Amino acid sequence: MNEGLLVAGFALVGAPLLGGLITGADRIITARLQARIGPPLIQPFYDVAKLLGKEQIAVNVWQVFGACAYLMASAIAVVLLALRTDLLVILFTQAVGSVFLVVGALASASPYSQVGAHRELLQVLCYEPLLILVAVGVYLHVGSFKVSDILAWQTPLLSKLPFLFLALGCVLTIKLRKSPFDLSTSHHGHQEIVKGLLTDYSGPILAFAEIGHWLETVLLLGLCALFWTTHWLGMILLAGATFALQILIDNVSSRMNWRWMLGYVWAVGLSLSVVNLVWVQAR
Amino acid sequence: MWERMTQGSRIKSPWLLHYDCGSCNGCDIEVLACLTPIYDLERFGVVNVGNPLHADILLVTGTVNHRNKRVLRNLYEQMPRPKVVIAVGSCALTGGVFREAYNVVGGVAKVIPVDVYVPGCPVKPEAVIDGVILGLERFRRKKSGKNLLEPGDWGEERRG
Repeated sequence: MNEGLLVAGFALVGAPLLGGLITGADRIITARLQARIGPPLIQPFYDVAKLLGKEQIAVNVWQVFGACAYLMASAIAVVLLALRTDLLVILFTQAVGSVFLVVGALASASPYSQVGAHRELLQVLCYEPLLILVAVGVYLHVGSFKVSDILAWQTPLLSKLPFLFLALGCVLTIKLRKSPFDLSTSHHGHQEIVKGLLTDYSGPILAFAEIGHWLETVLLLGLCALFWTTHWLGMILLAGATFALQILIDNVSSRMNWRWMLGYVWAVGLSLSVVNLVWVQAR
Repeated sequence: MWERMTQGSRIKSPWLLHYDCGSCNGCDIEVLACLTPIYDLERFGVVNVGNPLHADILLVTGTVNHRNKRVLRNLYEQMPRPKVVIAVGSCALTGGVFREAYNVVGGVAKVIPVDVYVPGCPVKPEAVIDGVILGLERFRRKKSGKNLLEPGDWGEERRG
């Protein structure tokens, strides 16, 4: 029990720090790919500290509630992963958080916020089936949804579930708000719908949404790391390589529309998942 | 301590909102040049945002006229405090060569309080960066949740 509390506390403190550093590294690498120097590594922390000190302008109480619920759900999901609990519970907690961010955006009458929220819902519609199929594939292979059982597995999951890992990579591109799937909101200052989903979040609640995004980044990279559990170095390398690939894809592709996203992710992602599930089942 | 931390972070993370009141685009091109690889303002944490709700610094170019003074005031009021206004280029300072025109109100200061004036026609990117750095010091010193000057009390006085 005590050990559990310790792990949860460590995850609550460590995950935002790690997520911020990952985001900082992302900004530097992106800048280098564009022949720029880029901001310092701890730039995301400066941004969030500044936002927390700014005046709070909220459209209504639902917006504040949405941002807080998103932050809470992301934190709970990360803690559940650190406690090595059920994979499905982790995924559903994370999904609840994403929906609350949309609720907060829909609380505003701004058309940019509304369009961004609807696009975010389409993104959730795209990636949620894939995430569930990844969990199903892990269950068929390992025989358990528990993260502790996955960690105890003797061979890397990647050797038997490579196509599901590719599908998870697709989910990661959507969740990290990377091109070509950064429809609802992106990391850039400008977008065709101003800032989309985050248009009407400002000051401290924008900081909450940002910290929630860091936590989600850590959660998803943690899920990627589960595909190579036999050695800690393998976990770090796999998560790092996946993230580097995401940054590269972000910089070489342009933003596509939601029809393309829905068609592409469902056609490619679902067929990759199904092929892998059939393969696992046939053995 | 928390106050000092947020104030220190402000200097490191100024998000700019660029509004073109009616400039000839000379100044706008120079402002955007600051974001290119040669000057790369993002290494100082500057992000050119398109949303007044996320902005800390309002960078205005061009003369203010009777059509867009309301837009300018609206953008200023939507920005959460503390906030800084930088007027860039001769037109934004005084109205420039257009100041006698019947439709022109004049400089930005006639509508909203300005913290930093950057002269030039057009301004150099180096001058824009200098102006932003001057503005950062004011941005740091401003009390959170409160601007030193309220919108209106300066503009009204000047107009009369």
